[in-house]
This record gives sequence, structure tokens and C-alpha cells, in this order.
Amino acid sequence: MTGVETAAPTETRVETRPSLLAQIWTITAKDLRSEMRTKEAVNASVAFSLVILVLFSFAFDPTSDQFQEFSGGLLWLVFSFAGALVLNRSFARETQNDCLDGLLAAPIPASALFFGKALANFALLIAVEVVSIPVFGLFYDVHWMGQFWELVLVTLLGTWALTVIGTFFSALTVNLRMRELMLPTLVYPLMIPALMAAMKLTTDLLAGTPINSDNIFGLKLLIGFDFIFTALSVMMIDTVLVG
Amino acid sequence: MSEQASALQIDGVSKYYGDYPALRKVMLRVDAGSSLALLGRNGAGKTTLLRIIAGLSKPTEGQVRILGSDVRQEFARRRIGVLGHGISLYDELSASENLMVFARLYGLRDPRKSALEWLERTGLERVRDGLVREFSRGMRQRLAVARAFLHDPEVLLFDEPFTALDDRAIAVLQSLLADAHRRGRTIIMSTHQLKEALVLASHVALIRRGEITFSGERTQQMVDDTGWLYRTYES
Repeated sequence: MTGVETAAPTETRVETRPSLLAQIWTITAKDLRSEMRTKEAVNASVAFSLVILVLFSFAFDPTSDQFQEFSGGLLWLVFSFAGALVLNRSFARETQNDCLDGLLAAPIPASALFFGKALANFALLIAVEVVSIPVFGLFYDVHWMGQFWELVLVTLLGTWALTVIGTFFSALTVNLRMRELMLPTLVYPLMIPALMAAMKLTTDLLAGTPINSDNIFGLKLLIGFDFIFTALSVMMIDTVLVG
Repeated sequence: MSEQASALQIDGVSKYYGDYPALRKVMLRVDAGSSLALLGRNGAGKTTLLRIIAGLSKPTEGQVRILGSDVRQEFARRRIGVLGHGISLYDELSASENLMVFARLYGLRDPRKSALEWLERTGLERVRDGLVREFSRGMRQRLAVARAFLHDPEVLLFDEPFTALDDRAIAVLQSLLADAHRRGRTIIMSTHQLKEALVLASHVALIRRGEITFSGERTQQMVDDTGWLYRTYES
């Protein structure tokens, strides 16, 4: 159709092109502020991880040699299950009031949206872990301070792996009615390599064995996993969100 | 980007949900400064078309260009303001926080000032620190209108903008739309409220079963007899 001829607007736009980092931070800050107002996900996640840790401490003898062999596994299973509660809320938060439409219509790349949400999830998962690890040490008599910085490194890498996969699949399942079920169903199988590496490294570190030539492969695997899945998520997120 | 470029150019856009054709080979051009009322009955394809124009959904085939640029390009998205069925605002954030989030995403130089200015223009300045979840429906809609206008978009895309609005919100929206139209902004809105829409519209497009069956200038006959358009082009 042909419309009326009108001169294009001539006002000077008082806007700049925000940097990618500024866009990411806006999304991260918005998500963290929303979560801190309700504490829905983080409270549920912390409560879940603490309950599981306490219950398992009654089920096993924490001082046994057998327990020392799967201490890292127990910790990462707790992180994974508790993390799903945080990750489920990530894009689900955007379905309320069709907020996702507002973000998709904004002049930001989908990668900024992805990284913004991933960083908020990462911060929340780390918060859950910061509470859980001392409780784990207390109930299971584990000296987690022994290899502190290496444990921090493994925890950060493993948590980012969980974050990046979880955030991506949170976006993928956002419009599904069964998303609370679908997210863990999709995330955990993909997480197996990273989880196995994180479990093995954590078990070694909790037993006082530093990262060495015997277990360095796990660290490399974690780094590679993080890099590959971060890159894949960034490449695919626009298609996932807009179709 | 030439000044002669259309505000909106839709070339052969189709959208299929499975085998169901929600849109069929839609062709439409809207010049800058026009105000288009997109009319059609429930399920005709209005919302699907507006979502594709806004870049929120990809067409199965065809192309949409906003001011000469693909709608998913940053250039186009910076220049459109969208108000859909949802308000696209966060219940856990305050009114000013919500607007500041979007002001930052659109790169406005002074997000706080822009937010406060639009809260004032929509009559929400007294509740600027109130959480959106505590707002009445009318207040939420006015805040959503403020969000859509916040970055002074050149193309406004409104889906059923008058639905569920109270009288005050309708007055605010009509005033803002009239002002935007006077300043040469392009307005495209789908609506069932024909009277409100036709007062503002310079052009009308009728969509039926996913096809544009009529597009052209709004006439006085349409205003005087709002049923005329449907009777004429849907029979």
C-alpha cells in the first residue's frame, strides 16, 4: 500500500550503541535483582542441596575409605540437581508478561542475552555452592581447604559447564509445558563428560591429591567442554529464541 | 539508508504452523509517517504478522524490511517500538527499574532521566518506585506504553493496544499515538476497537485467513460505518 509522504524524523537521537559488555551486564543485573527480590530459585536450591547433604550424611559413614572415593561425585550430583532449580527459572522468568518479546525486540544480539543470563545463573550457582561446600566439609569431615585454589578452579569450570548447558536448554525449553522435566532430561546426559571430570578432580582434591599428570586430562576436558559448549550456545541461541 | 525507503516492506511472507498456513504470501508496503490499522477477525493472522514484523518470529518464506533493513538487524530493531499482548515488564522490578533496563538496552544516554520523563508522561511518576506486581492492570498497561515509546521509535508496532485499557490509559495512548503520528512516526496497529483505530489511522489493511484482502487509505465511510469494511471485503 502507499501511505502519505512525510519527512523522516529529524530530531537527533540521544542514544549511543552500548557495548556488548554493557548489554550483558544490564541483563545480568536485571536477573540478579529480580531473583534477590523473590529469592525463589536460590532459596529452593540452597535448601535442596543442604537437605540432600544432611540426608546422605546419615546414609553413609563419612569416615570410611569407600566414601572418600565418591565424595566428589556426591558433591557434584548435589550441585547438578540443585542447579537445575536455578536454571529452570532462567528463561522461565521471561515468560511472565511476555518479557522475552521485549528483550528480543531490543537492539541487542542474542549472544548478549545469553551471556547476561548465563552470568546471572553462574553467580546464583556459585552462591549455592559457597553455602554447600562448608556444610559438606562439616558433615562429611572433608578437609576441603587443603587444595583450596585448585578446588576453586575445578568448581568454577564445572559450574560454568553446568551454567552454559543449562542456560541454553532453558532457552530451548522455555515454551514447553513440561520444561521443569525436560530441562534436566536434556542437560544431564550432555553434562556427563564434564561431570565425570569434575567429580574425579574434586575427589582427588578432597583426598589431598593435587592436580598432576594423572588427572590433568580431567582439567583439560573441563576447559575444552566449557569452550566448545559456550561457542555452540552463542552460535545457536538466536535460532533457538526466534526460530 | 535512503529517505525514500518504506517504513515497512513485506514481500511474500508466509508462515506455516505445521501444515496450517497462518499467513499466505502477504505483500504490504507502509510509507514513513503512515498510520496503518491492521484489521481482521480473531485468528485471521494479525498477531502472527505483527510478530514477524517485529522480528519476534521468523516467516516460513518471504522477507520483512523495516526502513530498508532486515528486521533482525540491529538497525531495524533500534527503530521499532513494540507493544504486544503481554506488557513485557518484570513484576519484581519497580516501574523506574523496568524502564531503565530497556533504556540501557536501547543505549539511551541518560536512562534514569528517560525513565522518569516517560513515567511522568504516562502519569506514573508517583509510583515510580512501586513494584510492577503491585500495579493495577491499567497502570501496567500505561507502563508498557511508556516502554514502547521510551526510545522514540520511528516505527510503532502495537498489537491490540486498546484491549483492557481503562479510560485514562486509552486517553494517554491516543494522545501519544496522535503526537507520534504528527511527528512523522509510522504506526502499525492491529485492533478490534475499530472506532479508536480509525480515528488515528491514515490507512487500513484487512487481513482474512492469513491473506491481505484490502489495503488502502482510510475513508470517511469506514469511520461512519465500521462494519462496512468487513461486509465489503469478507463477503
